[in-house]
Amino acid sequence: MASVPSDLKYSRSHEWVRVEGDVATIGITDHAQAELGDIVYLDLPEVGRILQQDAQFGEVESVKAVSELFSPVGGEVVESNTGIADTTEVVNQDPFGGGWLIKVRIADTAELASLLDAADYEKFANEHGGH
Amino acid sequence: MSSELLKTPLYDAHVALNARMVDFAGWSMPVMYAGILDEVRAVRTGIGLFDISHMGRIRVIGEEATSLLQAVTSNDVSSLAYTQAQYSLLTNPDGGIIDDIIVYRQAENAYMVVINASNTDKDISWIRSKAGAGVEIFDDSAATAMIAVQGPEAPAITAQLASNPELLNMDRFHYATGTIAGAEATFCRTGYTGEDGFELIVPAESATAVWNALVAAGGVPCGLGSRDALRIEAGYPLYGHEIDDTTSPVEALLMWAVSLEKGEFTGRDHIATLKANGAKRKLMGLVSSERIQPRQGYTVFIGSEEVGIITSGVFSPTLGTSIAMAYIDSRYAKTGTAVEVSVRDKRIPAVLKQKKNLLQNS
Repeated sequence: MASVPSDLKYSRSHEWVRVEGDVATIGITDHAQAELGDIVYLDLPEVGRILQQDAQFGEVESVKAVSELFSPVGGEVVESNTGIADTTEVVNQDPFGGGWLIKVRIADTAELASLLDAADYEKFANEHGGH
Repeated sequence: MSSELLKTPLYDAHVALNARMVDFAGWSMPVMYAGILDEVRAVRTGIGLFDISHMGRIRVIGEEATSLLQAVTSNDVSSLAYTQAQYSLLTNPDGGIIDDIIVYRQAENAYMVVINASNTDKDISWIRSKAGAGVEIFDDSAATAMIAVQGPEAPAITAQLASNPELLNMDRFHYATGTIAGAEATFCRTGYTGEDGFELIVPAESATAVWNALVAAGGVPCGLGSRDALRIEAGYPLYGHEIDDTTSPVEALLMWAVSLEKGEFTGRDHIATLKANGAKRKLMGLVSSERIQPRQGYTVFIGSEEVGIITSGVFSPTLGTSIAMAYIDSRYAKTGTAVEVSVRDKRIPAVLKQKKNLLQNS
């Protein structure tokens, strides 16, 4: 079974969010990486880009498929994990740790209320399948 | 998941190994076990196992068997020894490719032919439509299973399990019969990965025992995902990507599997004419410096000019960047030519290579 850490928030497009102060760290879930299989390419935004909630911020490509990435919260990109560009398998191996994708300075914390908690995401993922 | 998908004799073994099963040409087949890239590496450095039972296996037997195969296939079967196999093409009247096949000669007028799963019904109907009274065609697909054992360690481990060291002396594109894990088997020194190894044909009821023995001996179960990546790395065409009923062996650079000298065969005149006039496009390999994958249908550019179209592409774990095959305008189809591939909203630089040399440095 896919891991779903209880301290994170989740989007219905299979991203996770870890909130620390006003910064949200964002990645794709264990469920999403397992569905995609071997990830070989990441397209991540540059620092400074302003994202609206649910806006596409990049794409993740596995041998099998290309999937768009959507920002679970709006705000400014303050960090982008470009260091894993040539070791994208980290996203498969450690999706909630070394495989994080971007950090966003949250514009409006009220948006977090629309995200799922771990129990609801687990239920959602089991019902809705792929990334 | 449709309940009507066909299952190979190894279906339960795949499920027991936690394979991810997908629909491929109407078959429920493993696309991967632990991971596609690790499976590619296993085949390049050790030994990998593939269930290829979904491919069609037919026998063509009778006094007109040789003349039938000379007429419907592109290569020359008359030169084959009775222990020898040959890559060949089923060609249509326009000189297009109905399928790519392997023909195994068993006797003066007895052959086994292995065909693509997606084309089994089409191929058998076509061959039957060309067959006279002096030939019989038997479909052995359901009664047998086929396992590819591929990689640098594959020959030694296969020979050891078969208790038959003679297998190691067999040349490529030859075959022999024997036993492995208590089962009768045909050992073919063939494969579609670019590595040495065997393709084993065993009775369907023995398939699981043979598979399990190969797994126990260190064989890494591999799915269709790695099989596709391996054949792209090796520059081998796949029906539906590089070749189909509208592509010519001249443009696919498959003339080594065509004998224009053997006499008449279906589509020969069209192929000979195109060879004499020169094809407008040629199948080339591309090596990208990036990881993003060119995929089938993406356009190849030089500057603003469209010069080709991608037929297959994949991230090559062996090179660490993406590779592809593409039909390229013959005026530009030269090794070393710099091109760009349009991948969604990006232009990705790549260099053309002969498809057989995709993994080589120069």
